Amino acid sequence: MATRLPGSDVVIVGLGAAGGVAALPLAEAGLDVVGLEAGSRLTRRDFAPDEIRNNVRDWPFSVRKCDSEIPTLRRTRSGPAVQGSGHPMMNGVGGTALHYWAQSWRLNPWDFKVVSETTRRYGASRLPAGTTVEDWPFGHEELEPYYDRVEHEVGVSGQAGNVNGRKDPRGNPFEGPRQREYPMPPLRWTGFLNRMADSARMLGWQPFPGPAAINSEAYQGRSGCRYHSHCHKGGCHVDAKNSPAVTTIPRAEATGRLKVVTHATVTKVATDDRGKVTGVAYVQGREEFFQPARFVFLASYTYENVRLLLLSKSRAYPIGLSNNHSQVGEHYLSHHQVAPVTALFPCDLHAWYGLPAQGVAIDDFADDNFDHSNLDFIGGGNLWAYSDRRPISAASMSTFDRAPTWGSAWKAFIKENADRTNTAYIQKTTLPYASNHLDLDPVVKDPLGFPVIRITAEYKQNELAIAEFLQDKMERWYREAGAIEIVRDELGGQMGVSTHAYGGTRIGDNPETNVVNRVGLSHEVPNLGILGASVMGTSGARNPTLTVQALAWRTAEHVVNHWSSIVE
Amino acid sequence: MTGERPRTISRRALLRGAGAAGTAAAVRAVGVSAEPAAAPAPAPAATAAVQPAGAAPARAVYEQLTADEGELLEAIADHLIPNDEHGPGAVAAGAVTYIDRALGGALSGSRDAYRGGLAAFDRYCRSSRGAPFRELSSVDQVSALIDVETGAATGAGTGFAGSSGAFFDMVHGHVLQGTFGDPYYGGNQNFVGWDLIGYPGIRTAVSPALQARLEAGELRPNHRSAYDSDYFEKAVVSVATKEARHGD
Repeated sequence: MATRLPGSDVVIVGLGAAGGVAALPLAEAGLDVVGLEAGSRLTRRDFAPDEIRNNVRDWPFSVRKCDSEIPTLRRTRSGPAVQGSGHPMMNGVGGTALHYWAQSWRLNPWDFKVVSETTRRYGASRLPAGTTVEDWPFGHEELEPYYDRVEHEVGVSGQAGNVNGRKDPRGNPFEGPRQREYPMPPLRWTGFLNRMADSARMLGWQPFPGPAAINSEAYQGRSGCRYHSHCHKGGCHVDAKNSPAVTTIPRAEATGRLKVVTHATVTKVATDDRGKVTGVAYVQGREEFFQPARFVFLASYTYENVRLLLLSKSRAYPIGLSNNHSQVGEHYLSHHQVAPVTALFPCDLHAWYGLPAQGVAIDDFADDNFDHSNLDFIGGGNLWAYSDRRPISAASMSTFDRAPTWGSAWKAFIKENADRTNTAYIQKTTLPYASNHLDLDPVVKDPLGFPVIRITAEYKQNELAIAEFLQDKMERWYREAGAIEIVRDELGGQMGVSTHAYGGTRIGDNPETNVVNRVGLSHEVPNLGILGASVMGTSGARNPTLTVQALAWRTAEHVVNHWSSIVE
Repeated sequence: MTGERPRTISRRALLRGAGAAGTAAAVRAVGVSAEPAAAPAPAPAATAAVQPAGAAPARAVYEQLTADEGELLEAIADHLIPNDEHGPGAVAAGAVTYIDRALGGALSGSRDAYRGGLAAFDRYCRSSRGAPFRELSSVDQVSALIDVETGAATGAGTGFAGSSGAFFDMVHGHVLQGTFGDPYYGGNQNFVGWDLIGYPGIRTAVSPALQARLEAGELRPNHRSAYDSDYFEKAVVSVATKEARHGD
């Protein structure tokens, strides 16, 4: 029998990148907020510079709810689904933002208007067959004030390229107009990164440092980055990585209005006969609780947001909460961030220290920043050359067919080349398609007996064409910088379990094709808000987190401003 | 208790005598089970007792691996990352000590794969080349390992019931971890792995000046473990998850 707890104004399910940010405007407005988090609290002393623990054994992933509910995968609806090999996200106060790369991009203006801009410039026939992409219900200018707010609340370092329409050649010339500079200058470059930037300029491209939610200098009383090379899958030992755990959540708690509950696994969102949410059920240890609330935010990861909706069936929502239009789980996509290019250089790159958010970006081939008239795809990708090296991964490097993979000859090869390789990160426009979606797996269940998510999805011709085009560009860039060998990975097939999982509860004005409305509230459930990349209908060519956080702040602010009418 | 540094040659010489009992047990197990019979391996103390006077320090004592398993794994590791003119290899790094410790903790799920895989490898060497691995010529040892790597050693009864390539990949991955991982976990002893690839060491703060020294080739390895400082919590990882996409 579940213990019924005292009611609260708001419950947030998940205190990661989205929920952890939304908590602040809610608490500052005086609402009583309960934040339910499946993981625990970690401190900077938990984040050792230890490749075996962080990267080989995937700590801090190991203590986590999502590990017990890894999605199953299949390319098409006719094939069998097999459970994935792992779940890339973690549970904990601050969520995956504790150990992510912290690249904090705004989407470019085109990403909000893929349909209308493609139609205007090339004709509607250029939209790929089967895509369900829509324009967002608003443009970049609507989200700009929230991007700005979050950049300053959590702290983002970077170089502006367009301040109120005034272009700055040091920044991204393709970004939408921003109202002011970043709160901190960009992370520093190394000799190798300077060489890559120079080579890009030789090619006529426009290199710039990427934005990161990492302090490039002391900010809000926390240290600047120490560039220690264990940032990838590692938390920050000096709190310079600006996850909500060290920024918005402590400030929300300081108001006295946010109560953080850890080790809480939410199993259902409850509704009354009128279709309003009444609260959430959760399990903590072996105890069951019911937390009543006047408003509920789902703010877990894309897979868990969709899963919880589909599991929360009721009289008012017989096939899942907010799913009376059968749109929950639709318009899903795993960001095409695979198909990298790896280079070998004839000299040491001195890349033993640094972090993956420290790098050189090229946006010349992203979005619609170049003419697609004679190309067979729309969209593009962002090229990212960065520093990230640790000993085990360095020793596991490609031998570029110059040496065997073990024995004395291999040993001689890595002795010479361990610091001479670099792999680019290339994020690409990925579209939603009618045949790609999420639902509940009919067979595989978590330890509590609830079905896991099933991903039915594959990259289509548009994504594969972009990948090949961008690999050509990346190879050209590496060759210009002096690379002597290049390895290109496969272009991609099945969509995997991704750190960039979008859709499933898409935002849009039309309730027939979208789950949440233009402010992020359910079209069907008046007191339910959904936060996270599950609301995003397009990926852009860059990391989603800052957009997720800007949307979360905006939705929370709307709830604050319309509290009475929403909960009455 | 596993602090002694192994010396490859002396241990091999020792094993030719001491391993006989275990060898007989493995022969009996052929065709009966993928699992080796409980080999009456000599106890560590007994092994030390029969060590010839004047020989190198005592062999490594393993907690999870039997003496025969440990010797065979060392022989394999010695081929993967040999001791040669480029410096010490996996055995000197203590890669097998790393694996042995991990099999009692984070890699406990791989214990059966090691037990069955090493027995299968022994079986394969005998059936395909007529002798246990350690008695083969170096050329035959390498060719047997290549068979395992490429999957050619797969075949119930004569070798691996499952994919021999999967066993090779597992061992190879763990030997890399044990050679190039933090010494805290028992491998990379005396930082021989990090020195081999020129890794300058764990540094929790890298100033612009320090980066400049690195780029000028003036930064010497500092030979520090992440846990030399008491600052970091030594969390125990009890679950080894598989490779996931990066966490950006």
